[in-house]
Amino acid sequence: MTEIFDILQGKPEDSDYKKKGVIIQGITGAYGSLHARNMMAYGTNVVAGVTPGKGGQKFDDKVPIYNSVKEAVDATSAKISIVYVPAKFFLEAAKDALEAGIKLLVAIPEHVPVRDTLEVIELAKQKGAIIIGPNTPGIMIPEVIKVGIMPPMPFKLGKIAVLSKSGTLLYEISDALTKAGFGQSITIGIGGDPVNGTRLVDAFDMVKDIPDLEGMVIVGEIGGDSEEILAQRIIDSKFSKPTVAYIAGRAAPKEKRMGHAGAIVMGTYGSAESKVSMFNKANIPVAKRPAEVPVLLAGKMEKSD
Amino acid sequence: MRLLEFQAKELFREFGIPLLPSKSSTTIVEGRIHAKELGYPFVIKIQVPVGGRGKAGGIQKCQNDDEFELKYPQVMDLTIKGEKARAILLEKMADIKKELYLSIFLNRSKRCYTIIASAEGGVEIESVKNQIIKEIGMGDVSDEVAREVAKKMGLEGKTVDDLVDVLKKLSKLTIEKEAELVEINPLAIMQDDSLMALDGKFVTDDNSNFRHPEMDKYQEKSEIEERAEKSGFSLVELDGDIAVVGNGAGLVMSTLDMLSDNGGKPACFLDVGGGATTESVYEALTLISKMNRVKKILVNLYGGIVKTTVVAEAFLKAYDDGLIDLPVFSRLKGTESDKAKEMLKDSRTKIYDSVEDAINAAVMGDSN
Repeated sequence: MTEIFDILQGKPEDSDYKKKGVIIQGITGAYGSLHARNMMAYGTNVVAGVTPGKGGQKFDDKVPIYNSVKEAVDATSAKISIVYVPAKFFLEAAKDALEAGIKLLVAIPEHVPVRDTLEVIELAKQKGAIIIGPNTPGIMIPEVIKVGIMPPMPFKLGKIAVLSKSGTLLYEISDALTKAGFGQSITIGIGGDPVNGTRLVDAFDMVKDIPDLEGMVIVGEIGGDSEEILAQRIIDSKFSKPTVAYIAGRAAPKEKRMGHAGAIVMGTYGSAESKVSMFNKANIPVAKRPAEVPVLLAGKMEKSD
Repeated sequence: MRLLEFQAKELFREFGIPLLPSKSSTTIVEGRIHAKELGYPFVIKIQVPVGGRGKAGGIQKCQNDDEFELKYPQVMDLTIKGEKARAILLEKMADIKKELYLSIFLNRSKRCYTIIASAEGGVEIESVKNQIIKEIGMGDVSDEVAREVAKKMGLEGKTVDDLVDVLKKLSKLTIEKEAELVEINPLAIMQDDSLMALDGKFVTDDNSNFRHPEMDKYQEKSEIEERAEKSGFSLVELDGDIAVVGNGAGLVMSTLDMLSDNGGKPACFLDVGGGATTESVYEALTLISKMNRVKKILVNLYGGIVKTTVVAEAFLKAYDDGLIDLPVFSRLKGTESDKAKEMLKDSRTKIYDSVEDAINAAVMGDSN
């Protein structure tokens, strides 16, 4: 399996196989506590929470709270942390996690200043850590581990990797895939910001060599050129598994931010046309509607049989 | 947020980037005073937050009072790419030798700041030839890097020193104000070989606004946009008649696309964010009730764990309170949708099983 699977579920010989510990930064906040409970209900092994000043307490009478990620890591050896703090405190929280040796940091907050994101990415490079987000719904292996805010119902364990810039479209499209019989091996929310800790192309590299992968779905949106770069990588790497894309924002006006900080077309840079034409060049069909994704994927699979 | 030219130039002035004398006004009375102070000839420049002003007639040379009286109101009345004039900038005419291009922008795919420079400026960036591209990490530009850029542009003598100076100031501005893009196009070489910023473009990283209260004065928000922001919504006003509401930017964009594919004209993009509650949907309907052009409302909520009955309550309350009297076409994914349908049976809100059905009904005008 690949590195991301090693971190998220481990190897069968590990004592904590499919029970990897997760730290929640901001566990006592309204948002953090809601999603801490949802993650635990899903089966994620939440081993510690971090809220500076509340060390020594317990969350819901079971999860120990620490003042820093360092203390939490010393006590639990966890390698995964998810951050629910407000955007203005993200930089500090992320540094705390990376300095403490966290290897996978999932950054939920929206509205993180881009300079803060750049600084965190630089530190993560030095520390050899993976950042998912910011402004992401998170990452999950269905039925194994959920490190994020996604509702559980749309997802089912299977053999399709789903990479998405959008949260709700990830749910919508995974739902459609599941109903059509396509479970997911992993889903990665890239995030809707202009700069992402894990870009679409990085996420592709993480999942392309999953041994039993049967297909891939890419959910993009207007803004930037990460879809174009991914399409080029798919061409260059001769990746041949059935792949389908969806691009949101074809009808969006230029030079307007469409909800996500990163969803903006400047001139022709970031336009849906540019992304669709690159995917076409890579022989990847682009669905017109979310509901069309499983139909196109089934079509691709038939052809590759 | 994209600043207007005169606002970008205020920042340029503050950071010592050389500019021609200029004055901004919003009335011709004010403009006449500026015309006297500047003296002819000067250029009348419309202030709109979009490019392509020259082509649209928004930049006019002005040699005397008669021309001024004719052209000022003409330029003021222009609408460019849907944007009305926010102000008029009068700027002294320059006698220039050559137009260069210079910018620093947030390079999204490389995840660093990047300089673009060219000796062939004065046209839109897509058409700028012989671009020199230099990645600069977090935005710092050293003397060496600046000199290297100037040399690659083919500059000589005093102009090299001037470019080093302007580029370093541009870098300082980008870092201190947390810009996504700062562009000088054209950056003119004057007859005496000095440099002068003839235009200015500045795009902020809105997520850093909380660190820049000094930039608040440049914020331009309608009352509706301000309320939307307070509620944590994202709102983009469009010119059609069907308001589009949903949760999640991707989902609302996708709804907008499908509506347009079916011949519908969206009146707005309204993302209520994360989960949907009675309060958030009621507030969304309140905002929409203030947009006169809206004739129908299309709602697409992917609830996940949200109870659709909670959303149905908001619609019922909005009708009861007389807030809206418009048909609502909605697709609510979530729990208890049969109960929600029952609740809305006698109202003007209809719930559809798929977004496609809701869109078809909205476009066809099937409001029962």
